[in-house]
Formats: sequence, C-alpha cells, structure tokens
Amino acid sequence: MRIRNGSVIYERHEHLKTTAVNLDEREYVLPGNRMCPGCALSLCYRHILKALEGKVVVTVPASCLTVLHGMYPVTSVKVPCVNTPFATTGASASGLVAGFKAIGKEGFTVLAMAGDGGTHDIGIQALSGAAERQTDFIYICYNNEGYMNTGNQRSGSTPLGAISGTTPVLGKQQRHKDMTTIMEAHGIPYVATANACYPLDLYDKVRKARSIKGTRFIEIFSPCPPGWRFPFNHTIRIGKLAVQTGWNVIYEIENGEFRLTSASEQIAHGGKLKPLIEYIREQGRFKNITEQQVNQLQAWVTERWEHYLGRAGITGSGQGEKD
Amino acid sequence: MNQPKSVHKEEFQLIDGNRAAALGAKLSRVQVIAAYPITPQTPVTEALSEFVESKELDSQYVAVESEHSALAVCTSASIAGARAFTATSSHGLAYMHEMLHWAAGTRLPLVLACVNRAIGAPWCVQNDQQDSISQRDTGWIQIYARNNQEILDTVIQAFRIAELVYIPVMVCYDGYVLSHTEMPVSIPSQKDVDSYLPPLKPHTILDTNNPRNYNLVTLADPRVNGEGVLCHGYMEIRYLLQEALQEARKTISIVGEEFEQAFGRNYTAPIWEDRVSDADVVIVAMGSPAMEASVSADMLRAEGHKVGVLGIRVFRPFPKRDIVRSLARAKLAVVFDKNVSYGSEGAACSEIKAALYGNNNTTVIRNFIVGLGGRDVKARELADAVKKSLSSLGQGGLNNEDPEWICYI
Repeated sequence: MRIRNGSVIYERHEHLKTTAVNLDEREYVLPGNRMCPGCALSLCYRHILKALEGKVVVTVPASCLTVLHGMYPVTSVKVPCVNTPFATTGASASGLVAGFKAIGKEGFTVLAMAGDGGTHDIGIQALSGAAERQTDFIYICYNNEGYMNTGNQRSGSTPLGAISGTTPVLGKQQRHKDMTTIMEAHGIPYVATANACYPLDLYDKVRKARSIKGTRFIEIFSPCPPGWRFPFNHTIRIGKLAVQTGWNVIYEIENGEFRLTSASEQIAHGGKLKPLIEYIREQGRFKNITEQQVNQLQAWVTERWEHYLGRAGITGSGQGEKD
Repeated sequence: MNQPKSVHKEEFQLIDGNRAAALGAKLSRVQVIAAYPITPQTPVTEALSEFVESKELDSQYVAVESEHSALAVCTSASIAGARAFTATSSHGLAYMHEMLHWAAGTRLPLVLACVNRAIGAPWCVQNDQQDSISQRDTGWIQIYARNNQEILDTVIQAFRIAELVYIPVMVCYDGYVLSHTEMPVSIPSQKDVDSYLPPLKPHTILDTNNPRNYNLVTLADPRVNGEGVLCHGYMEIRYLLQEALQEARKTISIVGEEFEQAFGRNYTAPIWEDRVSDADVVIVAMGSPAMEASVSADMLRAEGHKVGVLGIRVFRPFPKRDIVRSLARAKLAVVFDKNVSYGSEGAACSEIKAALYGNNNTTVIRNFIVGLGGRDVKARELADAVKKSLSSLGQGGLNNEDPEWICYI
C-alpha cells in the first residue's frame, strides 16, 4: 500500500506472467473483420478483450477500430460499444462512468480506445480532463503513428522523417509527441506502454490495469503495414525490431514506480540495443529520411533509453550505439 | 397566465431565470449533470453543484473541461440509461454543435438549457438568440420561455417530452433579461413533480450479456443483419428523426395539457396569443421580446390600432398550422427577430412566410432585426416599427426582400 498525492491510497499489484499455455481461450473479437492484412490492431484488441474477459463497455471514436467493429447491422465484436465523435473519447468514457454510477450498474470496466490521432491530437483535451477528474476507466491508445484510417496523414505521433499523405515529399520535419509521459504527469495510478507484437505482456498489463481504480492509461505500439510501407507479413518482425532498437520501450508505471517489462526488460539486463537504422530501413515511409535525421533519432533513442535505465535502477548495460 | 386550478403544495420564491432552470432540473431528479461555465449560464452550474455537494440532489456532477465534453458526457450517460442535463450559452452551444447532432441522431432524451447570448466576433456577453437559432437544424426540439416561471415549468416538461419521443430538448431563455432578473416563481413540490415525471425508461441497452454496438458506420442503403432481417440505412434512420419531430407536436401539446392538470399552468399550445382574435396587425416574436410586444400592443391599441401578439414558444418542431390559424385574419404581421440568417432575414420570419405559403393567406409580412448583442428592445420602438409598416402597407404592401434593422445605421 502506498500513499501518493496526499491522500490517495493505492494497492500494489502483483506482476503477472501469462504464457500462451494459460492464456484465456475465450474470444471476443470474431474471425473475419474488416482490418487490413497484417494489422497489429486486431492482435492487440483481441488480447485486450480477453484480459477483460468481455466484462467491458467500450467507447470508440472515429478510428481504424471503428472499421474493425464493422458496419451496421453487423459487428465483429462481442462486447457492448458506444461510438463517439472524434474529440470526445475521454468525455464519452466519463459519461458512461457517471451514468452507470447514477443508475447503480457495475461489474465491468469502462474502456476507451482510440488511435494516436484521436489521443495525441484531437482527443487530448477530453482525455486530459477525464484523467484530471480521476475518472475510473481504462484508456488505451493504439499508436500506429499517423491518421491511418483516412489513408495515412501526419499526426502528432508521426516520427521525424516519415513520409505521409500530408508530409509527402520531405517527410515530417518535427519529432513526435510523448503521450505516455504527458499522461504520467496527470498523476494517475497506472501508466504503461505495450507493443502489439508482445501480446502477452499487453494482456498482463490490461489485467493489472483492470484491478486498479482510477484513470489507467496504456499506449500500444501498433505497426501499420500500408501506412509504414512494409510487407503485411512483416508486422511482428517490425514490432519486435522497434523494441530491439529502443524505438519503442515497453514499461509500466504503477503509483509512480517505473518498471521495464518483457523484451525491454530483457535487453536492459545484459542485452544490447540494435542500431535504429535496422528498424528505419525496413520501412518505405522513411525512404527520404536524411542521415542527419537518422542521427537525430538515434541520439534521442539512446538518451531516452539511458533515462529509462536510470529510472529502472539499471546501469551499465544495454547501451545503444551512439551516432 | 392561469392560476393553479387545484390546490397543490407549492411555494413562491423570488428567483432569477438561471435559478429557475436549476430548480427545474433538480425537481426533475437529473442523475448526471455535465456543464462548463460560460456567461450568462454560469449560475446554473453553480446552483446545481451546490445541490449535489449539499446532497439535496442525488446526482453525478461532472465538471468537464469544455462544452463539447459536457454534451459528450451527457450523451454517453444517457446511452448508459441515466437522465442527463446540461446548460450553456453562445460559444458554448456553438462548441457543442457536433454533439448536438450526435445526441439527436442517437435519439437521446437529453435536456439542455440554452441561456441565449450573442455570439462573437466581436466578443459580446449580452443577449440575442443567434446561438440557439444557429443550431435549429441539429434535430433538437427547441422551446423558448418568456419568463422565469416558464423556464422552470418548461425544463420539467422538457424531460417528459424528451422521454416520450426520444428527442433531446433545448429550453431557451434570454440571457440577463430572464437569466439575471428576479421574478416570483411558483415552485412545485417534489412529490407533485415525481408523479408528473416518471423515471426514465432508456431505449438504449449496454449489457455485457446482451452486447450492442451503438452508432456503427451505417451505409446509405438498407442492409441485412445476421438473422437475414433487412435493417435501415442512414437515410431511414434520419427519416425516423424527422417523423418523430413532426409527431412530437402532439406530444408537446399533451404534455402541456397534463402539466396544467398537475400544476394549473397551461402549456397546451406551441404559441402564445394576446388579443389576436380581432387584430388587423399581429406582432410576432420569440422569447422575452414577445412579452415586450404586449406592451407595444397596449400602446398601439390606445392609438386606435387593432394589434395583437403572436409569440412563438415551440420553434422546433415548427407549429405551422397554429401559425396559419393565428394569422388567418391579419392584414399585416410584423416579425421581430433577435437573430438573423445572414444574407437572408430573421429565422422566425422565414418560417412564418413558409408556413403561410399556399394557404390563400394575403397577410403582408414585415421583418425587423432587433436587440442583437443585448441592445434594449423598447416597447415604443416596436410600436414605431409597426406604425412604419402600416404606412407602407398603404403604399402597395408587397413583402420586402430584405429585413430592416432597428439600429443606428
């Protein structure tokens, strides 16, 4: 038990280790949805709903997840869902939480789930408000680093140097926004990153988040074959390369306590980050990236990795190659 | 206004319009309130917060970070099955625009108090009705109150109407003129309101054992579901909203009649009429200017003109038949709008012209834009505008293409 922010008392939760053997077999995402081949979102959504055992009311803004859910009157998911306008995900979740409390309905989790455009950009205000009000819900952002549902335009999460529909020639000239750190600054009890290509780590994080009260935020790295321009059968390889190069670091922060998890934890303990270029060169979106931009990204990844190692209390290992 | 016909336990309070709206919501036992402060609506949010914090009202008050979120909270709370209420003004209502469409499209029985205020630019916190008129095509029922008693009574009726027809209701009242002006208001007892307004029966179901997906992407044409049943396309769903609004005219009247039976004040008609039966000239207005117009009618009658007043209480669904009947013998209708559809004319004027078309009606219609941005609407000015219109009637009397503005240009 810990006391933080003056009077808020949070329980400390056990770290779970689910394996393919003891993973719940029940499915809540039906086979045959409208996602692109190789989409990482299907993979993570499937494990999220498993972790919640279907005891969930989902609210979703305009996003690729809307596409996954199907078209009226047919849906591919077996959980109740409230679609909501783009900017309102956090507010819609607040309304569900307030409404259920008002009528005394309980026994399930309110889950808000949006893409990076719906989270980092248009939805940040409603999400920040909901977190500041300590709304009791889980917010999951699946981050595919752009407006992929509208055909890949630049978002606040699109990385430096990436080509998109609105950065078509030069690639994006600015770095991306670190949304998870922004959410951590709200002082909420649980913040985590995850990667769709490490679904059991994601599953365990959602299970843990489910047992915590208050606002819980998870950002999932979700590779997008058509948007990032790599073959659709390379999704898992690209997602894992992102972790192996330190582009995506997976961790959780429970009541302010930082912990690397899964592959990031393994690399930190004796492993070594691969050079970022190995990740970058696999994707057509970076075809016009300059050497200077690659160096900028590498320097940023290295600096951030050292910062995370420090937070995790790990020193002297896993250093990436500099420059 | 009629006195209560039956003896009910009631008390009179000297309150402003915002307090009347907040008390109306409290008496309606709203379960979720989400609101964001904006002048001149702010005291509504403060009063409701006070009711909730002092446990006078068992409700979830969600202090949101914007009006867009306020209506999003109310929308999802309503889908969850709770009776939800919000209030706003001006820019706040404009900011809600997307959610106004969404709430009506979802057929949710929400109630919103719109404290009418001018909209920028330039900045202006005072009253006109441009804000709610700009939202007339969002699929909401719009009812305008003339005084604080009507505000309180209309909020309670609004929940009854909304929950019968599953269309959200906007209760509009003029900022400052009503919101910050105290008047004696009869406060019904909680017991009487409880028997008038039964608990909400939501038509949306969020149940993990019976999962439903609300507002999925919907195609233009009807589509077959898993059981082989042909389900509506987007256009059919939208037609049902229009049909429900058309049918709501009856419900609004019945709810008003039941209100009279319960509380003694009559709201059966979607319009107010004052001395219209023998009038050659009818002044038409919405909200508080309709009250001012009665003073103008007094002045004009004293000068020998047969003048009556037609107040529009329900603007959506527009009460075409009642308007046609009310103006049947008028030679001249002078419509005062506290709004303008820029490039055209006042919104009420357009509606009235459209309602009269094809009804063998030869009433000449004059339109004046008045009281924008809190410019005082004086009874003498309205009377002068009527006399000016009367003199032009003798010179040919065709309807003018453009409205006149009562201002210094």
